[in-house]
Amino acid sequence: MQTFTRPNSMSMENIPYCPGCGHGIALRLIGEAIDDLDIIKKVIGIAPVGCAVRSWRLFKFDMTQAAHGRSPAVATGLKRSLPDKIIFTYQGDGDSAAIGLAELLHAALRCEKFSVFMINNAIYGATGGQLAPTTLIGQPTTSYPSGRDPRVMGYPINMSEIIAKISRNAYVARVAINSIRNIMEAKKVVIKALKTQQRQLGFSFVEILSPCPTGWNMKPLDSLKWIEEKMIPEYPLGEYAVPDSLHN
Amino acid sequence: MNERVLMTGNEACGEAAIRAGCRFFYAYPITPQNELLEYMAYRLPEVKGIFIQSESELAAISVVYGTAAAGKRVITASSSCGVALMQEGISYLAASRLPCVIVNISRAGPGLGRIAPSQSDYRQMTKGGGNGDYHIIVFGPASVQEMADLTYLAFDVADRYRNPVAILADGMLGQMMEPLVLPMWRKLKDLPPKPWAVTGAKDRERNLILAAPYTDEELIDINEELAKKYYSIEAEEERWETIFMGDAELVVVAFGISSRIALEAIECARNEGIKVGMIRPISLWPFPKKPFKNQVDNVRAYLVIEMNNGQMIEDVLLIRPRNIPVYHFGKGGGWIPTPKYVYEKIVRLWRNIS
Repeated sequence: MQTFTRPNSMSMENIPYCPGCGHGIALRLIGEAIDDLDIIKKVIGIAPVGCAVRSWRLFKFDMTQAAHGRSPAVATGLKRSLPDKIIFTYQGDGDSAAIGLAELLHAALRCEKFSVFMINNAIYGATGGQLAPTTLIGQPTTSYPSGRDPRVMGYPINMSEIIAKISRNAYVARVAINSIRNIMEAKKVVIKALKTQQRQLGFSFVEILSPCPTGWNMKPLDSLKWIEEKMIPEYPLGEYAVPDSLHN
Repeated sequence: MNERVLMTGNEACGEAAIRAGCRFFYAYPITPQNELLEYMAYRLPEVKGIFIQSESELAAISVVYGTAAAGKRVITASSSCGVALMQEGISYLAASRLPCVIVNISRAGPGLGRIAPSQSDYRQMTKGGGNGDYHIIVFGPASVQEMADLTYLAFDVADRYRNPVAILADGMLGQMMEPLVLPMWRKLKDLPPKPWAVTGAKDRERNLILAAPYTDEELIDINEELAKKYYSIEAEEERWETIFMGDAELVVVAFGISSRIALEAIECARNEGIKVGMIRPISLWPFPKKPFKNQVDNVRAYLVIEMNNGQMIEDVLLIRPRNIPVYHFGKGGGWIPTPKYVYEKIVRLWRNIS
């Protein structure tokens, strides 16, 4: 008989997220990958602002915080000081694609050897559902209730494509956690990102399309369907950059 | 061994940081701080250190946060409007109880201002621009020697209190050359241990560096702890110099480069028989209260000389004994007093109070 338990790298704290939220799955995938690679004693995570900040309670390894958007800068300071440790940031889309866009893009440009896990749920979750740079055209938010109008707020931002373009020898992929199949795929990608760092190959970036039923004003199951039907066509899944020697 | 060299204030600051055991410098170019950045850019690789020219001051101070969290000595530098951008990170560093050194080679503001020497960032540095109940310790050097000595000391003070320490200088101190004796080399292995740092939880419980705790009660506790720490810093870390204070009836209060200019004027006035002395605050926060409490029986007036429209005078007004009158001589925007101006001011004031 097999027992379903939490990964060794995760605590038994209650999951501090809304019902149907994707953060629990995404964090678990990172926890499982850390277990699989047996790096719990050398990993340091960075929890910035918003829903993502709560991640420090769920992990059992060293964690630090960062100001809103600045975790790629904090990660740079950590990694340059401790080059043999495994450093990752866990950021929302507002954190990474709005207020922290400069820090993220410049860390990618410098080919910093740490990993960024970015949750793309097309909305600001913690503050109550305002427009994010990733919000889809027509998607209602509390700051633009009649939906995103590109004449007013432009078009959704495709972070994986941008980072794949500017970071040399990086690992960049977009995954979704709306189905068992996609979750299994996401796990492989998270491991590849951490391996890219372990082998000092380059920057690693994983964009995770994740449900926010509370922010989207949807039932949890409908939010999974919405990812499939609305988000994935705008944010195609797959690997956007793979370092040459990752498969060796 | 005394190593006597000729250096600019910016270079002296950088070299002292390296000798204090700092191997990490992150900054964004801004005048008149650039020579410090450029010095570190070539000097740090020589000692196996890391220099990163960051994309902004917002980023620089957060890279500092990462290295401080890893338990390493780290320094950043900027000027006025750049330091304004760093205030976010400085508040986080204070909240997370992370030691680091921040150098402000200030220029004249407000806004972009101009690059002329000024002391108009006194309030920015000592009262803080970041959110929340916190303080940073601030030193105001008055010579190239002190640029080195106070930077060197700043690392020990930062580590002792797990708090950021700032150096407030200006373009004149940063760019002028003076002879100085360089401080001794600290061995990296002899630096104070930092068991709280995040380094990977191997053979120990995990460490957390938190700017935000999980509950309201915890945040109140953290604020209480910080307040206690600031009380002890106020009790222990006041630094100042007094000159001709034995019989002084008129007391000049000046810090940094203004105190150098004022000293020349004071010496001339003394030759004329004017009983004038000087209190020179070296720690700007905590502001030195003790020299105002000692030797005050003769004092009839304070004259605060600063290169701004009146900032440090607020601290003097708060602590002056017996409602002794306080006068201000200063101007913002890059104005530099000459010793002659200051001398004339002292003579006029002396006539008024005698």
